[in-house]
Amino acid sequence: MNNKNVVLEVKNLSKLFGKNKVPAFEMIKNGSDKREVAKKLGVTVAVNDVSFQVERGKIFVLIGLSGSGKSTVVRCLNLLQKPTSGDILFEGKSILSFDKKELLEYRRYKVSMVFQSFGLMSHRDVLENVAYGLEVRGTKKEERENRAREIIKLVGLEGWENKSISQLSGGMRQRVGIARALANDPEILLMDEPFSALDPLVRSDMQFELLSLQKKLNKTVVFITHDINEAFKLGDMVAIMKDGKIIQMDTPENMAANPANEYVESFINSVDKGQIYSVKHIMQTPSCMIRIKDGANNALKQMRDHSVSSAYVVGENLELIGILTIDDAMRVRTGEISIQDAVIRDILTTNEDTLVSDLLSVAASAKYPIAVVDEDNRLKGIVSKAAVLSSLV
Amino acid sequence: MPDWLIDFPSGIKLNISDPIDRFIDYLITEWDAFFSSITNGLRVFLNSIGYVVERIPWWLLITIIFVLTWRMSKKIGRAILYSLLVFSIGAMGLWDLMNTTLAIIIASVIISIIIGFPTGVLVSSSDRLDSIVRPILDTMQTMPSFVYLIPAAMLLGLGNVPAVLATTIYAVPPLIRLTSHGIRQVDREVIEAATAFGSTKWQSLIKVKIPQAMPTIMTGVNQTIMMAISMVVTGSMIGVTGLGQEVLISINRLQAGRGFTAGIAIVIMAIVMDRLTQGIIKKGEAFIDE
Repeated sequence: MNNKNVVLEVKNLSKLFGKNKVPAFEMIKNGSDKREVAKKLGVTVAVNDVSFQVERGKIFVLIGLSGSGKSTVVRCLNLLQKPTSGDILFEGKSILSFDKKELLEYRRYKVSMVFQSFGLMSHRDVLENVAYGLEVRGTKKEERENRAREIIKLVGLEGWENKSISQLSGGMRQRVGIARALANDPEILLMDEPFSALDPLVRSDMQFELLSLQKKLNKTVVFITHDINEAFKLGDMVAIMKDGKIIQMDTPENMAANPANEYVESFINSVDKGQIYSVKHIMQTPSCMIRIKDGANNALKQMRDHSVSSAYVVGENLELIGILTIDDAMRVRTGEISIQDAVIRDILTTNEDTLVSDLLSVAASAKYPIAVVDEDNRLKGIVSKAAVLSSLV
Repeated sequence: MPDWLIDFPSGIKLNISDPIDRFIDYLITEWDAFFSSITNGLRVFLNSIGYVVERIPWWLLITIIFVLTWRMSKKIGRAILYSLLVFSIGAMGLWDLMNTTLAIIIASVIISIIIGFPTGVLVSSSDRLDSIVRPILDTMQTMPSFVYLIPAAMLLGLGNVPAVLATTIYAVPPLIRLTSHGIRQVDREVIEAATAFGSTKWQSLIKVKIPQAMPTIMTGVNQTIMMAISMVVTGSMIGVTGLGQEVLISINRLQAGRGFTAGIAIVIMAIVMDRLTQGIIKKGEAFIDE
């Protein structure tokens, strides 16, 4: 494949740490694995014969556990780490052949990076941080500050320009990190686990933000993560790394459908519960709750007071019985049917610890909010369709 | 048991004192012109600082201390206390001696910074250099401070000028050490960020590493000042004037009151200078999170 859309091409990239690199190379070529090499020669094989291509305007996600070499790969892409062997082509030109000046130009104009712990300079305020890349490039003060203000606005930090970094929350700090990377208007954004240090709510916010920024600016992104949900949510193309090698590279759909081996499969299935939401994070208290022994008049009053068109009906001990809609309540009042018959009992329930992602398919088709109950069927809260869908953006 | 197993055998002799003497003699005879020019240079430097310090009106110095303390600590009580303490040095009749001492301290600290800061930056850049410099600094710092006075006096003569040199040698190690340490401990990702955005080595040093290391570097300056103050008393043995000399005279004449008065003045100087530099450090640290 040699098409024009490929911005970045990585060919047989390897990175070894240690002294006896040459014999270590021989060992890997002869099929020894990472652990043997480390034991025998004291050489760490961080990246082992990795190749991939990144197309313009796409998000390429590298996913793996810690120690899989993903961070080393991304650090090779702007030569923070020097590859031991292999080649990296940017728009067809090998970045390894760059001299000092070309490398500086490449870093200043073509590629920028977002870091896991933000990498912000605490002695500079937000504006000066965002303008850093332009400053080292030699852009005039006024011009770079105008550009920085523009980008700060774009990432939603308007009004925070002159605040110091220590005054910012984690999510805001990473917005500064992203703004700093975008201020240079690079071709490629390298993102090294940018959202891993953020708490789940902020993280999903930032993921959404990144997607919309990417739509707007059409940047090519190389994104590193250890979170499969994040990878599948963001990636146009996902590569799974293990022990320095890519073991499968595909679109999220194809990968989920055809995992290459058990490792990939278990990775896809290993949903880290701490990393994503369960129902209790997004459930709300039902705004309108009535007891089965309450009459229709009371039910109607409650619904009117809360301006809703249905109410949850519970028994003596708060156990969930069903939903009463306003239409049915009217019919009960006129004596058309009894309240026992009017209650809709066939409603979806779930419990607090269910993962939101598991509710996705049912939530989409649910007519009423999903009721959250405990083991004794007591009503704990409700989850609306909107809450489920928006939490996954 | 034979004697030689209990008493150290007298036959084994290691003589390093003669070679050192010969080396100093060699320096005195062969490098005389060099050391005279150092002496002259230092004298001009010290005298000009002394000239400025002596001409600062007493009320202005106290006002400066008041304003600085107030701005650093935001506590008016502390500002008044420090001003009063410095005022009391004058009241004890030691104002002129304090000025002399202050000039020596300022001269030594400035020279220490000029030498120590770039050295520290250089040492931070290379592990090998660090492993060479570290034991030298350890030796410089643990060597009893009196010892520096001997060659300083022999090479540069008696008085305040050799004291500045001896004080610098004694006071510079913490600055080198902490400058290097401060730069080394700058967050790896922050340095990576500087590199990733296309900073040259010089740019990341000036724009990122040194500013990030500033609180630690200032701690080094603070320690340098404290060591310079302690050296001022020791220096009186080779004829340093000022408060240290006052202490020495009191010892010779067994005048406890006079000795304590001068001692208290030195303590006050140390406290005020320490707190002022600490204030600068705290201000810098406020930027560095966690």
